[in-house]
Amino acid sequence: MNTLFELSEKLKKREISSLELTKAYIGRIDEKNPLLNAVVHKTYDKALALAERADKRLAEGNAPLLCGIPVLLKDNICSEGDLTTCCSKMLSGYRPPYDATAWKRLEEQGMVLLGKTNMDEFAFGSTSETSCYGAPKNPVDPSFITGGSSGGSAAAVSAGFAPVALGSDTGGSVRQPASFCGVVGLKPTYGAVSRYGLIAYASSFDQIGVFAGSVKEAGVLFGAIRGTDSHDMTTCAGFYSAGKRQDGELSAASAGRRLKLAIVRELSDGIDEDVKNTLERARAYFSGTGAEIAEVSIPSLVSALPAYYIIACAEASSNLGRYDGVRYGHRAEGAASFEELAVKSRNEGFGDEVKRRIMLGTYVLSGGYYDAWYRKACEVRETVARGFLKTFEKYDVILAPTSPFIVPRFGEKRGAADLYRADMCTAPANLSGLPAISVPSGTDRNGMPIGLQIIGNRFDEETVLFAAEKLEQGLKPQHDTWGGYAC
Amino acid sequence: MLTDYEMVCGIETHVELASKTKIFCGCSTAFGGEPNTHCCPVCLGLPGALPVLSSEVVRLAVKAGLALNCSINLHSHMDRKNYTYPDLPKAYQISQFDEPLCVGGFVTLDSGKRIGITRIHIEEDAGKLVHGSEGTFVDYNRAGVPLIEIVSEPDISTPEEAREYTEKLRLIMRYADISDCRMQEGQMRCDVNLSLRLHGSDTFGTRTETKNINSFGNIVKAMNLEIGRQAAVLDAGGTVIRETMRYDEDANRIVSMRSKEGFDDYRFFPEPDIPRFSIDEAEINDIRASIPELPFEKRERYIKELGLSEYNADHLYRYKNVCAFFEAVINTGATPRNTANLIIVTIFSGFSTEGEKEDFDIRVTAQEMAKLVKYLDEKKISMQTASKTLLSMLETGEGADSFISPEDLTDVDADELLALCQKAVEENPKAADDVRSGTDKAINVLKGHVMKNSRGRADSAEAERIIRSLL
Repeated sequence: MNTLFELSEKLKKREISSLELTKAYIGRIDEKNPLLNAVVHKTYDKALALAERADKRLAEGNAPLLCGIPVLLKDNICSEGDLTTCCSKMLSGYRPPYDATAWKRLEEQGMVLLGKTNMDEFAFGSTSETSCYGAPKNPVDPSFITGGSSGGSAAAVSAGFAPVALGSDTGGSVRQPASFCGVVGLKPTYGAVSRYGLIAYASSFDQIGVFAGSVKEAGVLFGAIRGTDSHDMTTCAGFYSAGKRQDGELSAASAGRRLKLAIVRELSDGIDEDVKNTLERARAYFSGTGAEIAEVSIPSLVSALPAYYIIACAEASSNLGRYDGVRYGHRAEGAASFEELAVKSRNEGFGDEVKRRIMLGTYVLSGGYYDAWYRKACEVRETVARGFLKTFEKYDVILAPTSPFIVPRFGEKRGAADLYRADMCTAPANLSGLPAISVPSGTDRNGMPIGLQIIGNRFDEETVLFAAEKLEQGLKPQHDTWGGYAC
Repeated sequence: MLTDYEMVCGIETHVELASKTKIFCGCSTAFGGEPNTHCCPVCLGLPGALPVLSSEVVRLAVKAGLALNCSINLHSHMDRKNYTYPDLPKAYQISQFDEPLCVGGFVTLDSGKRIGITRIHIEEDAGKLVHGSEGTFVDYNRAGVPLIEIVSEPDISTPEEAREYTEKLRLIMRYADISDCRMQEGQMRCDVNLSLRLHGSDTFGTRTETKNINSFGNIVKAMNLEIGRQAAVLDAGGTVIRETMRYDEDANRIVSMRSKEGFDDYRFFPEPDIPRFSIDEAEINDIRASIPELPFEKRERYIKELGLSEYNADHLYRYKNVCAFFEAVINTGATPRNTANLIIVTIFSGFSTEGEKEDFDIRVTAQEMAKLVKYLDEKKISMQTASKTLLSMLETGEGADSFISPEDLTDVDADELLALCQKAVEENPKAADDVRSGTDKAINVLKGHVMKNSRGRADSAEAERIIRSLL
């Protein structure tokens, strides 16, 4: 098992070349992906070229930590010239002419892009089953789902297709599949990472996040992509002071501090028994380490999930209006007018869940319904944000489940409302733009992973990562996954 | 009967801002260009691209607000206006809905009547459909070009007021460098909302909106047609329905585009990709300080302080570049009256369009012009010589002294003038007789003779006095 740090060390010492490393990962993908379906577009030619370039930099010395390390991107993160389709027929064949800022920053570090990972169509879902390429399978046990929407990235890191990957998290889409696949998934503060080049689902929630085998590695990848971007007005420098954690290492001040954690009642009510037990173990563990831990209530959170879905669908209905078959993506045959072209192309190109959310979003923004739905949801959003703020006046972080239920098997019957409930514990962080991370913390009755969540105050990733690392040290279960690293 | 009705009209004017770059990206706003060459992922609305609001656009819009006497909202935000059309690449237009940048201004008409400005907001333009024999194509060069929409109150009572209001808007926009308002390039487009009601009624009738009118003449024509159409409907006992109309310039008729049943539902909501933004008082004051003297203030000053006739002032103030030239010349001490006369009579004679006067692209510098006017002011040359010299200067780009010899500048003394007048009378006996017998205009022949022989140096009024005394 090699961590990012060990791989980097080997690359720098020239014990292995980036080209060799890249080929090893490619071999692993080619061997295991046919069963797992985690990677949907391969960018091997680009990968080999980038690896060669990385080797030159490594030979010159002074290469960055990430130089020469392979990475995978969720299929909604643009990279120039590579298929980027949001796993939707609507975007079949679409190759963006530009790079997403997050990918550009990784490329500048010398990272090697292996391909794009499977996801729910347009990131609308929490199972990855709405992908037009079929669902990815959980590497811990392929008869279980990966969760979603970034199921492909979670599965890929879990299966060792790449040491790290990027996903996107609008209501839990990084944390929940990370929890299901037994890896670490970090959703940064809204505004910490540029969304430029991330194909929008719900613009005021979307945030690019990272998947890694450990909290430290997640911290490194986050450090490489975060920061303001002149292409994204919603990015913000935040309050990262000098000396704060940027490279996976703890600052001296943080290392010895006594953590104050809150468990929020509304986030841990009505959850599966196994998840509850894992949360209890975490509480006991933190108490044992001398941390202060208490249960609090944020009453407005009972309305958080509906508010999240109303606003997310509203924004989605607008963001997806552009797919009309005129400029790119799927175009219906034989349309006689623009209107017919748009209607037919959309009807053929979008799956049911996408159509459902577009209709929901269109409805809540419509004249006569706006005040009752969209405006009200925005009010709830503000109330929830105030509730979190108050909690963070007293506590450093919130400890919560990632998913209210354990990893489902394929074929288990689930209705749309049940699926929407999957985001119950994760969406509140998106609603308030808070950083949150899921850390593998236990095992359920089926032997599948259970992740717990650390939620922090805006732009306080440092404390979130610090607490997450503690959790990792205390509770990390050993899963018999296909995981591990290629070298 | 048409006279039973009064018209109520408000106008929405779209003005393209004089920004070199688009509102949300760095692409060029230049008119023309090969289709789809001034485009990038942002203005093409490609998946994943994000808008970045140009601060220059905000400043220009604030400037427009200040020039039109509006108050500026210190906090503002952008909204999405959702609708589907192939020239709108994101399927929403980023505009402003409930928090426009500027509110509550006015434009004063010559009559003293004020036309209220409800609001001014910023938004992006759409692309353009190009219909060809092989099908319809879309050119997105214009997509993302920054616009302001100036919404007037329904204060306009006649087509002539509409014309004056929009002409004044254009002048102000051009003067303050907010927009070039080149109407043939679509830089200024008007939507006319018009309804009729019985005289004295205090309720509004149903209005129609005639969209995208791109000349002042067409505004008047379209309004007259629409007034006639609505009056005929009402006279016949019918009801006007709420419709969007188009003025067909070639056929000079109003065409219905679509009826608005109920209302358009644009599903406005705050643009999540652009955070709320603020403007502070200091910035507003900076912008206010950058607004030059506006045309109607200038006209007043030309008449009251410079002593120009209304005729001269009216011919100058509409053209910003002309005024700049005029003021540069008189700032050297040349008299306003002679300067204005030479500009209006001589320089303008070379222009056949309003556009040429607006551009005022001439080969004479203000310094050379001033030199020439001063010769005239000091009566060293006559108006005719000045005019003739100016034409040569305009043609060659050379200075005044290239065409005026030192000899030209010596005054015609009293003896020489008397001799010239005597010679004129002797050599033109018929004209002399005509004057004697009462055909007074024949005096011009004699005067012309004197001017010609003095090479324009003689004072023509003095010459006329002497000729009359000789006769």
